[in-house]
Amino acid sequence: MSPMPRVLLSEWTKIRTVRATLWTLVSALLVTVVLGVLISVLLNNTFDDLSREDRATFDPTFISFSGTQLGQLAMIAFGILVVANEYSTGMIRSSLSAVPVRGQLLAAKLAVATALALAVGMVTSFASFLLGQLALGDHRTDLSEPGVLRAVFGTGLYMGLIALFAMGLTWVLRSPLLSFGVQIPFFFMISNILANVPATEKIGQYLPDQAGSRAMAVVDTGDWPYGPWTGLLIMLAWVAAAVLAGWLVLRHRDA
Amino acid sequence: MIEATGLTKSYGSKTAVYNLSFRVLPGKVTGFLGPNGAGKSTTMRMILGLDAPTDGSVTIGGHQYRELPNAPRLVGALLDANAKHGGRSARAHLLCLAQLSGIPARRVDEVLDVVGLTQVARKRSKGFSLGMGQRLGIAAALLGDPQVLLFDEPVNGLDPEGIRWVRELMRRLASEGRTVFVSSHLMSEMAQTADHLIVIGRGQLMADLPVRAFIEQNSTGFARLRTPDGDEAGREKLVRVLAEAGGQVQAEPEGTLKVTGVELPRISELAHAADVRLWELSPHHASLEEAYMRMTQGAVDYRSSEDQRSGLQGPPQQAPGGWQQPVGPQGGYAPPPPGAGFGAPPPAHAAPPHPPHAAHQAAAPYRPEDAR
Repeated sequence: MSPMPRVLLSEWTKIRTVRATLWTLVSALLVTVVLGVLISVLLNNTFDDLSREDRATFDPTFISFSGTQLGQLAMIAFGILVVANEYSTGMIRSSLSAVPVRGQLLAAKLAVATALALAVGMVTSFASFLLGQLALGDHRTDLSEPGVLRAVFGTGLYMGLIALFAMGLTWVLRSPLLSFGVQIPFFFMISNILANVPATEKIGQYLPDQAGSRAMAVVDTGDWPYGPWTGLLIMLAWVAAAVLAGWLVLRHRDA
Repeated sequence: MIEATGLTKSYGSKTAVYNLSFRVLPGKVTGFLGPNGAGKSTTMRMILGLDAPTDGSVTIGGHQYRELPNAPRLVGALLDANAKHGGRSARAHLLCLAQLSGIPARRVDEVLDVVGLTQVARKRSKGFSLGMGQRLGIAAALLGDPQVLLFDEPVNGLDPEGIRWVRELMRRLASEGRTVFVSSHLMSEMAQTADHLIVIGRGQLMADLPVRAFIEQNSTGFARLRTPDGDEAGREKLVRVLAEAGGQVQAEPEGTLKVTGVELPRISELAHAADVRLWELSPHHASLEEAYMRMTQGAVDYRSSEDQRSGLQGPPQQAPGGWQQPVGPQGGYAPPPPGAGFGAPPPAHAAPPHPPHAAHQAAAPYRPEDAR
């Protein structure tokens, strides 16, 4: 009998019964939506001040997702907490005693947490888009326009994948302090700097968050060397690498 | 049954556990005794397949933990009373573990009742005392109604009532035919709880013997006596007389003599008859704790002093008090090797756990009269 159903159930209970973990998901949703609406309102009011070039490439879909810059940090926090809680509390020893085949524990935890992050990500994405478009007034777009629905789904996927990436990396780093210390500054600042400074731009654009955020855009401004689907694939490759690394570490290192 | 064979664990150049071989049998409480840092927890983690041994192996019922069919229903463990998320309630904590092992939720309420946490079951465990944490950890170990139970320092932080409860629980679990392996750094606690002792020091096996044997060897009283300084002849005479009366005499570093096997009034009479004056004649009780500490502290020194002591060991029936120093006419009193004579075979001899006194029995008996 496969232990997977019971392990999945347990992982769901683990997430459900810790309020702090759930709050990160709530903040991801709220921060992303509220910030997206605020920026949409701002741009709606200052649209006429934009340069001709900016007006030509104005992407109302992408603008309504501006909140993800900050909201993704809460998603990353969720990913870190789900895994690092096991290590910071020592619960990992009980968990691995109960599920001696370690890959099963990892798979179940990632499956449950990613499903939850994806669900919240999708809600966040649709809420951001719909409320953002309301706020954009005359400059809005709608879901029937080409590429828009893809961008909305892309944003939901992005939010789920960034959480999964954080989980994978946290299986490697284990300590919550280390995981937060490495990942939050990286996604908050470092990645943006690398992707926007001319010297490192070429490499920076291939970082997981930069590549993934390509899927949020509808209008091709010519800044990206790849399309939305390629962007998602690049991000997916990063996520796969992080999960693989986490699995290898879990499998071979003492718990 | 838990069986360790040549179990070794190194972290870089540091060896936490070295060449450990022992068996933990069902139907009794086996105490796993050693000072902090002796390698108890490391050994427990290896038993549970959490840490991989550098060398050797450990099995439960003939299987390595990770290959056990249905491991969580066969083995229950308390490794760390703090291993819980403070934001989760006691019940939710146990529910996570129960679900992980495929155990029905009603069993959670049963074990909460067993450990007496029903009233706080829905409270967040953040506010739990260490004692409540221990109870929660014990509840987790009991979840699967397992045949093999491991408890790492289960009485830490418990009040006397709690300690007695744990003690009775262990005894009951063992009486039901289960294998109960309990670690502790307190000899006195183990003397009351365990049937069998496995003692380790610095990662090595120091002793593997029934608790009763350990107590018999170490809890007997002894007399300490002192003869007048400079009266070497009188002292030698007294040693000879006491040995003839069936006593064992050891010279102590302070110049006193430690005598076992002869009652105090009798010692006084013998001294009087031999016309030897005594400056001191006092009754003493060896504490188990002390005996155990000397056993574990001697772990390393033991090797270097092994040759020096060969052939000087008392016969097994003289086990109380153990070793004997040659108290000969030369008047040379070597300081007693630490840890000697407490049933502790040298680490090199430690591998075959039964009988624990192999080194003792092999040694030629020494009696003071042989010296002349």
